[in-house]
Amino acid sequence: MSGAGVVAEHEGHPLFLPLIFLGGFIFGIGLAVSQMARPEIVLEFLQFDDFGLLFVMGGAAAVTGIAFWGLTLSGRSAPMTGYRFGRRLKTMDTNVVIGGGLFGVGWGISGICPGAAYASIGIGNVVMFYGIAGMFIGAYLQGYLREARTSSGSPVTSD
Amino acid sequence: MLEPLLFLTFEELFPRGIEHYLLGGLLIGLGTAVIYVGTGIHAGASTFLETTLSYGSKLSRFQQPRFIASRDWRVVFVLGIVSGAAAYAIVAGEFYWITSVDPWRLFLGGILVGIGTRLGKGCTSGHGVCGVSSGSGVSILNVIIFMGVAILVAHLLVAVGMGVSA
Repeated sequence: MSGAGVVAEHEGHPLFLPLIFLGGFIFGIGLAVSQMARPEIVLEFLQFDDFGLLFVMGGAAAVTGIAFWGLTLSGRSAPMTGYRFGRRLKTMDTNVVIGGGLFGVGWGISGICPGAAYASIGIGNVVMFYGIAGMFIGAYLQGYLREARTSSGSPVTSD
Repeated sequence: MLEPLLFLTFEELFPRGIEHYLLGGLLIGLGTAVIYVGTGIHAGASTFLETTLSYGSKLSRFQQPRFIASRDWRVVFVLGIVSGAAAYAIVAGEFYWITSVDPWRLFLGGILVGIGTRLGKGCTSGHGVCGVSSGSGVSILNVIIFMGVAILVAHLLVAVGMGVSA
């Protein structure tokens, strides 16, 4: 399988990419304003020194919750893609538990998660390239191991 | 550890106040909502990792059509995040802030975060914000697990003298 022949999601509407950039830009301001781009602040939450992170996640979830539920109930489709508005629902399996546990160990050691790490580069924290390199290596390892396992007999899974 | 929490004052629980945390959180939600309103897509931050790998890796795991279809806009999304954070830091006079967390902790933690988010189908933004606000039981379970484990690990590190302070 190669990239040829796959229609990219952004090809359907000229304002798709500008909107994505705008959304990412606002998202990035939020990560900087809330100090989540600083791993120290996240670690201070995990160490129970400052519980502010709860307001970050809670505030973000309140806004997305209104958008997701309101538009899903409207029964409409998104103007730029035609996708039916829906909630974010994933299927349950043991990987959700194991993956969450591994993510938790990594988060507890480093205080970084993907979005906050990208924003950390934005605030000039060049040391974060160590963390981002680690995340790419981890994502590659996971994909490599899963492919090695699925090609040796067990059925191909798709999440 | 939990019991004394009940007797903490507001200042002890939130030594830096809550305003900027709440404002930042609302902006994170707004950025996600802006993308959703136009496209119907729940933009999580971690899928960028494996879709970007599709540019350089021939593994069919990374060459899935849904990764190829979304990899370009996910790069734009991340460029937006970096730019937005940079714009704020420059305006606030906080640009070129450097962390004091050891590089090995960022690197090792990053590897585990990379494996964990891909295996677990999401991260703090995908499960923690989008999934939880969707009322997804799978996401709520994932968040309880990663947050519980992370709190445990961070406290263990404090116990061996490796705590971090800003």
